[in-house]
Amino acid sequence: MSAGEATAQAIPRPRRLPPPLACIGLAIVAIGLIMALLGPFLARHGAGELISERPFPAASWALPFGGDHLGRDVLSRLLHAAPVTIGLALGATTVGFVIGLTVGFFTAEVRGRTDTMITWILDILVSFPPKLIALIAIAGLGSSLPILIATLGFVHAPRVARVARAVAMNISAMDFVEAARARGESVLAVMVREIWPSARRPMAVEFGLRVTFSILVLSSLSFLGLGVQPPMTDWGSMVRENMSGIFLGTPAALIPALAIGILTVGINLVIDWIGGSSGRRLTEELSR
Amino acid sequence: MASLVLGRLLLGAVTLLVASLLVFAGTQALPGDVTTAILGNEATPETRAALVERLGLDHPIHVQYFEWAGRFLRGDLGLSLVNDVPVSRLLDLRLKNTFILALATIIVVVPLSLFLGLLCAAYPNGRLDSSISVVSLFLISLPEFLVGIILVLLFAVYWSVLPATSISGFRSFEHLVRALVLPVLTLTFAILAHMVRMTRAAMLEVMRAPYIEMALLKGASRSRIVLRHALPNALGPIINVIALNLGYLISGVVVVEVIFAYPGLGKLLVEAIGNRDLPLLQAVALIMVAAYIVFTLLADIVARLSNPRLRFKQ
Amino acid sequence: MRPVLEIAGLVVRADDGKGSWIDTIRNVDLTVSAGEVVALIGESGAGKSTVALAALGYARPGTRLVEGRILFDGQDVRALDERGLRRLRGRDASYVAQSAQDALNPAIPIGAQIAEPLLIHGIASGTEAEARIASLIGLLDLPVGIVTRFPHQASGGQQQRIMLAMAMACAPRLLVLDEPTTALDVTTQIEVLKAIRTAIRGQGSAAIYVSHDLAVVAQIADRIVVMRHGAIVEQGPTAEIVERPKQPYTVTLIDAVRPRDRRLAREAPRGPAPLLALRGVNASYEQQGWFGPARGGNKVLRDIDLTVGKGEVLAVVGESGSGKSTLARVVAGLHPRLSGDIALAGTTLADRVRRRPLEQRRRIQIIFQSPDLSLNPEERVGEIIGRPRQLYFNEARTNRDAHTDRLLDMVGLPPSYERRFPAELSGGERQRVAIARAFAAEPDLILCDEILSSLDVVIAAQILELMRELKRKSSVAYLFISHDLVTVAQIADRIAVLYAGTVLELGATSAVFTPPHHPYTALLMAAVPQLRRGWLDDAFKLRGPTAQRRAAPTGCPFQPRCPLAIPGLCERELPPLREQTSGHAIRCHRSDAELRQAQTSPVQTSPN
Ligand code: SF4
Repeated sequence: MSAGEATAQAIPRPRRLPPPLACIGLAIVAIGLIMALLGPFLARHGAGELISERPFPAASWALPFGGDHLGRDVLSRLLHAAPVTIGLALGATTVGFVIGLTVGFFTAEVRGRTDTMITWILDILVSFPPKLIALIAIAGLGSSLPILIATLGFVHAPRVARVARAVAMNISAMDFVEAARARGESVLAVMVREIWPSARRPMAVEFGLRVTFSILVLSSLSFLGLGVQPPMTDWGSMVRENMSGIFLGTPAALIPALAIGILTVGINLVIDWIGGSSGRRLTEELSR
Repeated sequence: MASLVLGRLLLGAVTLLVASLLVFAGTQALPGDVTTAILGNEATPETRAALVERLGLDHPIHVQYFEWAGRFLRGDLGLSLVNDVPVSRLLDLRLKNTFILALATIIVVVPLSLFLGLLCAAYPNGRLDSSISVVSLFLISLPEFLVGIILVLLFAVYWSVLPATSISGFRSFEHLVRALVLPVLTLTFAILAHMVRMTRAAMLEVMRAPYIEMALLKGASRSRIVLRHALPNALGPIINVIALNLGYLISGVVVVEVIFAYPGLGKLLVEAIGNRDLPLLQAVALIMVAAYIVFTLLADIVARLSNPRLRFKQ
Repeated sequence: MRPVLEIAGLVVRADDGKGSWIDTIRNVDLTVSAGEVVALIGESGAGKSTVALAALGYARPGTRLVEGRILFDGQDVRALDERGLRRLRGRDASYVAQSAQDALNPAIPIGAQIAEPLLIHGIASGTEAEARIASLIGLLDLPVGIVTRFPHQASGGQQQRIMLAMAMACAPRLLVLDEPTTALDVTTQIEVLKAIRTAIRGQGSAAIYVSHDLAVVAQIADRIVVMRHGAIVEQGPTAEIVERPKQPYTVTLIDAVRPRDRRLAREAPRGPAPLLALRGVNASYEQQGWFGPARGGNKVLRDIDLTVGKGEVLAVVGESGSGKSTLARVVAGLHPRLSGDIALAGTTLADRVRRRPLEQRRRIQIIFQSPDLSLNPEERVGEIIGRPRQLYFNEARTNRDAHTDRLLDMVGLPPSYERRFPAELSGGERQRVAIARAFAAEPDLILCDEILSSLDVVIAAQILELMRELKRKSSVAYLFISHDLVTVAQIADRIAVLYAGTVLELGATSAVFTPPHHPYTALLMAAVPQLRRGWLDDAFKLRGPTAQRRAAPTGCPFQPRCPLAIPGLCERELPPLREQTSGHAIRCHRSDAELRQAQTSPVQTSPN
């Protein structure tokens, strides 16, 4: 058992073109980012501009996706709301991710009593149902952008920390990290030079999962009327506004819901591709 | 092994404690004037004083917590602020409805996902497996309201075969079943893909083990390999998968109940938040959080016990 | 008589992971007659297991049987459908895997696993099956109560015999044994080998025995087939292959087993102060309790006193669990010690490596067992080797590159390897990189932790040679950790024999190899496989009274396995490390005369 078999264990480096599903995913993510950055400039109408007198005007050349319950252009509103939905999700994820990653890596490297204690706290924090925690926090603190970001960050951080710790522990048990320690590298050098390069890909997967989760939770909150508050709009609140139209058979609520769905599917396709090459597949990790 | 179970139970107890603190802190010990939050700006000083009295807001904060927790443990959930009905009475029916919804979903989704997951694992990379993998990759983590909207559009609006809302109440069994179909289907979609994928992943992880190859070389049949050799070893992860997803049900019902106007706990929670009905909110939130915690805790213990290495020490 | 198995023109193709298929087995013919034991031997990757598994009509995932005929009892195995194959496997032909620990199902009781082939093939059930299991358990010398237990509750040697019982359950006509003793300690290997031989002889089964170890195979096989790169190099009766090999490759294999100049005929250079001195060192596994690490618990090292002189090679030999790797890690400052003192050139070393000054850290380097794990997969070879230069000498980029070339050249690798990632190297090459990295620090002492044991015999011999050569060129000292007494004899000036964390014998290499030996050393020596026929029986006789593996908590740790134990004394009192001639010491209550007498019995201790 060595030479021949051992080579196969080495971490593969993807060099070839991504598979078709991953390309679709990348395209979707790219479009999502463009919408987030440029959406409001691309919109033909203002977010609050009334295009029609009647509610739910039908789709036409002027209104590709039809109008909403107040007769506004759904497409324009979709573009105006994109930065809110995506920006908020990215912001909340980044907050939770940075905190979680730092704590996770730190506990993995210090070990001992500190590790035991932090792990214990993380275990407790993780055993709360995330969406309910968000609901309760918002019920209490009211809904504003900073609170949404903080709440979601709070939900993410312990989960990311657990994953980061596990990933870092796996890597730091390897002899090459041990070799670095034996050389006398500092804790920081061990993390940056030895652990991080191998942790990059699995943590990228984690980030993607967390963004998906953020989008879903934020949209759900807005859908329940507890997320982004008027006059600001995100895709979730667009669904909420137009729910009454569903029973009339108009797609005004379906469009933003689909936008959310397509975006999360796109992210998942990319994650699955990155994850597949890092041995950490979506299915093993996705926790809500 | 006993220490393992005890450790988990202890952790669960602490978690519940922290949860109650969190619910309390989130709803009552807020910065700012609670009475304004509840009654609005136009309230008279008298009503304010009455509310302060009723909620015990004049006591120090930790005393408030213990009073609140004590009452809660005694089963006294207080009066709803909106219509002065005891919270427990409001809960009664809603709890039952949510329970029915959750149970119906579990009955549908658990066997189905296990079956599909095992099937995928039995014929890995076969045509069925690949198609399930791709489809589930698309379905996974779609927002519930998207699925709900599509189902409503199809079944209630275009085909008009099922009611779009459950608002009419449950007059008969048939009524109940018809009202349940769409919510259950929505929840199933929300969970199924995820469960199948994770069951499959847990199984395939085990299927790579040398003892599976060994079983094959003993002449064991495919079903024997999957059910007798692989499944017992994948049981721990699979139980956790089930628990995770059923735990998800607890928050998933909130959105689904709102979409279908289903009179359950989730909808009650949203109503309570909307009305700033503090006692009701606290009760519902705590029940849901506690259910989630107890549920995942039990699953975790069962999953650990399914491992003979932990059951029998060396 | 018709052969049990006839393989002709076998070609197996494997997915190379990049989308194309390559032939891993090229045109192999193999015949096994009834009752015959055929050994397949060669390095890893030679395709031995692939051929052996093909006898069961099985190709591992990612491989395919593409051509050739496989006749089992005249029946074309490749033409069988899934049901036909199921009927063949486990009943007519059965398989024993390399690692029983992984190949036994952790969730099924042992008895049920042994009985399973009987049930699957409808051969016996109920009391009949129980009787069959009972007889197998008796035959293989397993405890009766084991049937209700789970695999993790059995020892490594027992697990391997359990798997053998499972394979024998249906009394198959052919047994395929895939490196069945490779994962075991030498002393355990003897028991299992003995059991295998008894089983095969008793049942009259034919067998294919896959191994990389010629000496082991020589004890069991009637015929040896030497394989390399997916093709057969040479085959013939065992005696002929061992004594009159025709192909040069076979000669290399035999040479790797049969060491040449075993004793380095040079005295250990002794300076006034030793380079490294350990005094009363104790260590235990850290056990994570609820309130910090639990203390004391199970000690891995007990009162270790050792020294390594400047430029000296001290080998520490022991089986798994002896604490030898912990010893290296304690010296490296990677594992905390409970008590005791470690000094480098007279200066006490801090417990943890991070508290040691840079200069001390530079002077001690470590090389790990598996080069697959000890090199950062995300760094190029140049960066890996350059790092110590940067860290310890603060060397600039350009200088570093020059050094890297020199270091690569020193370990026999071309300069172009600088740009490669570890994944692009072979196992042996990776270990060379690890060695270069250690030498880059220009250390005084290198801790070599089982650096050969993950390599193939031939490669291991080359690496050992490299280590000796590097040693000759510099004044570096090695602390050479190994489980293999024979290998160690080729490089060590002195040897310390470690058992359950206690040094049982310590002395110059030549002294350790001359009687009297400590009873454990004697056992280890006898357990090293030898090419000569009859070695297995001799070794089996020398093995202790029981196959008990646990060390005694008090008294002499070796007492439960010791054939010379003195009742009433050995289990109570730990004997002192008694110096006999200068520098040679044995920890035993028996006198030299008693030991010498016991060891001049029929059992030969020299591997030659
Ligand atoms: S002290 Fe006793 S038990 Fe230990 S090796 Fe010597 S004779 Fe054997």
